[in-house]
Amino acid sequence: MKRFIGFIKKEFFHILRDRRSLFILFGMPIVQIMLFGFAITNEINNVDIAVLDHSKDDVTKEIIDKIAASKYFSIKAFIDNETAIEKVFEKGQIKAVLNFEPDFSRKLIAENGATVQILTDATDPNTANTISNYTGAILQKYQQELNQNVAISYQIVPQTRMVYNPELKSVFMFVPGVMTIILMLVSAMMTSISITREKELGTMEILLVSPLKPAQVIIGKVVPYVFLSVINAVIIIILSIFVFKMPVEGSLFLLGAESILFIINALSLGILISTISSTQQTAMMVSLMGLMLPVILLSGFIFPISSMPLPLQIISNAIPAKWFIIILKGIMLKGVGLAYLWKESLILVGMTLFFMAMSVKKYKIRLE
Amino acid sequence: MTNENAITVKNLTKTFGDFTAVDAISFEVGKGEVFGFLGANGAGKTTAMKMLIGISKPTKGEANVAGFDVRTQAEDIKKSIGYMSQRFSLYNDLTIKENIVFFGGIYGLKKSVIKAKSKNLIDELGLHDEADKLVGSLPLGWKQKVSFSVALLHDPKIIFLDEPTGGVDPITRRQFWEMIYREANNGKTIFVTTHYMDEAEYCDRVSIMVAGKIEALDTPKNLKEKYKVDSMNKVFLKLARNIE
Ligand SMILES: Nc1ncnc2c1ncn2[C@@H]1O[C@H](COP(=O)(O)OP(=O)(O)OP(=O)(O)O)[C@@H](O)[C@H]1O
Ligand SMILES: [Mg+2]
Repeated sequence: MKRFIGFIKKEFFHILRDRRSLFILFGMPIVQIMLFGFAITNEINNVDIAVLDHSKDDVTKEIIDKIAASKYFSIKAFIDNETAIEKVFEKGQIKAVLNFEPDFSRKLIAENGATVQILTDATDPNTANTISNYTGAILQKYQQELNQNVAISYQIVPQTRMVYNPELKSVFMFVPGVMTIILMLVSAMMTSISITREKELGTMEILLVSPLKPAQVIIGKVVPYVFLSVINAVIIIILSIFVFKMPVEGSLFLLGAESILFIINALSLGILISTISSTQQTAMMVSLMGLMLPVILLSGFIFPISSMPLPLQIISNAIPAKWFIIILKGIMLKGVGLAYLWKESLILVGMTLFFMAMSVKKYKIRLE
Repeated sequence: MTNENAITVKNLTKTFGDFTAVDAISFEVGKGEVFGFLGANGAGKTTAMKMLIGISKPTKGEANVAGFDVRTQAEDIKKSIGYMSQRFSLYNDLTIKENIVFFGGIYGLKKSVIKAKSKNLIDELGLHDEADKLVGSLPLGWKQKVSFSVALLHDPKIIFLDEPTGGVDPITRRQFWEMIYREANNGKTIFVTTHYMDEAEYCDRVSIMVAGKIEALDTPKNLKEKYKVDSMNKVFLKLARNIE
């Protein structure tokens, strides 16, 4: 155990004294997250909307006035039937349509609840999401004012619907992808480089001549990266919650556990890469070409898997990142637990064991 | 195999595919001997040495090092030997002290022992001002001396040195050989490869390897008499030329 601590200390010296690896470790995640953070803003201003008022009563009129008065929206059109909705969206200028149901004020008072539909053009999903939040807030405020004056409470039920992009492919979809890429990069690339560096410099021989077992050498090299990757995952999660207002609907504990599982998966891939490459350069190229590209192209991060050609859809199953992204989305956006994600988790566990077994096998061959 | 010898090798062979890098070599090295393992570039010296230190499995043949079989007892061998690789054996991005602490640590030495040895080593080499500098900033000759001392930290019985003085100036080479002699006088066995024939003259016995085979093995004096020349350099040239 003492030998081990010495080994890990030495590994930290390597990392802390190498500016390049320091940058990849901590600079990259922050830069990447910030790039997304600045590229996608959450503010909206004077967005053009249209109103479809089936009711045309005092209440709807009051609500419409309130919305028109806010600095966030300007009402550009009044339409009178459902078919017109699509037309205004197609022109592209109108970003949202408010659809008040018939008999709005009577229902509100007699049945204690009336519905307004908020339709948003979700081709720009982030804006769409913000719009529906803002209109929702205005409605809520109006409702509170209304309820102050009477004993019973009236409820306006806003029904939001995203048109064109019902899955809400947005920044929320990117965060899991960015997190996956960063963890893959740090864990797999950095470990494979640090192991091949010892081979390249010749110090690996010295380690193998020492009483340390080969497995101990590898574990000693990997442990610091588990630690650093976990820190990275925490940084990413914190940044995404505060920069992107990313929700974490599910269990934080499960999120952490799944992240560690994925980190170990990536590390075992890194070890596998180091067994087949003899120079740092090769390790880096193999990591980039063999891991980064598939993660970016085939994991569903940028291109939806369902719209890929069938052969690529099949290949995508072999990519750990795909399963991790599903898990992340499940936990963060849908708030589901292990009951729904056990299959994906099991696949990741299986892949990890497979990579580990492969590296052990390859590693032995190299020592022959 | 006998326990009299530090190293006993019988028909040791290593092939890479069709290529035979080490071709059935046999020799013995006595305890406390300084054994020179000579040969031209690519003769197979490093390959043979790697089999002896237990990091490469022999294709054929047997070898016994410090009383242990290289095939089955590699782990025991590792505790009894020190090794300086042909490539550099320390971490350039660690200081001298950090290197000592690290290598002492992986051999399981106690903290107090490491501290004492580290002080000793720095005193002996006169490296007080450099002890906290990164190894990468030191001249090659100093690195090699530190490297040698680090290979000795765990007090091994046999020391394997693969071209320890390659690229080092003559004065430092001389000092290096003084260190080697000191260890030999302490009863340690030295197995050393070199391309410098003046260094071959310092060895108790030398073997000369040509294309994977050992072509000559004797004391430098006997070899010079046998080939009727006045230096090891000429012995070496004669052997290498005869083969071609
Ligand atoms: N892993 C390997 N696979 C294939 N061939 C190898 C391998 N290792 C060494 N060789 C070959 O075996 C031969 C002997 O190499 P070796 O390194 O043992 O020579 P050497 O005597 O140490 O030479 P030098 O003086 O240059 O260090 C060389 O031709 C080398 O190319
Ligand atoms: Mg060599």
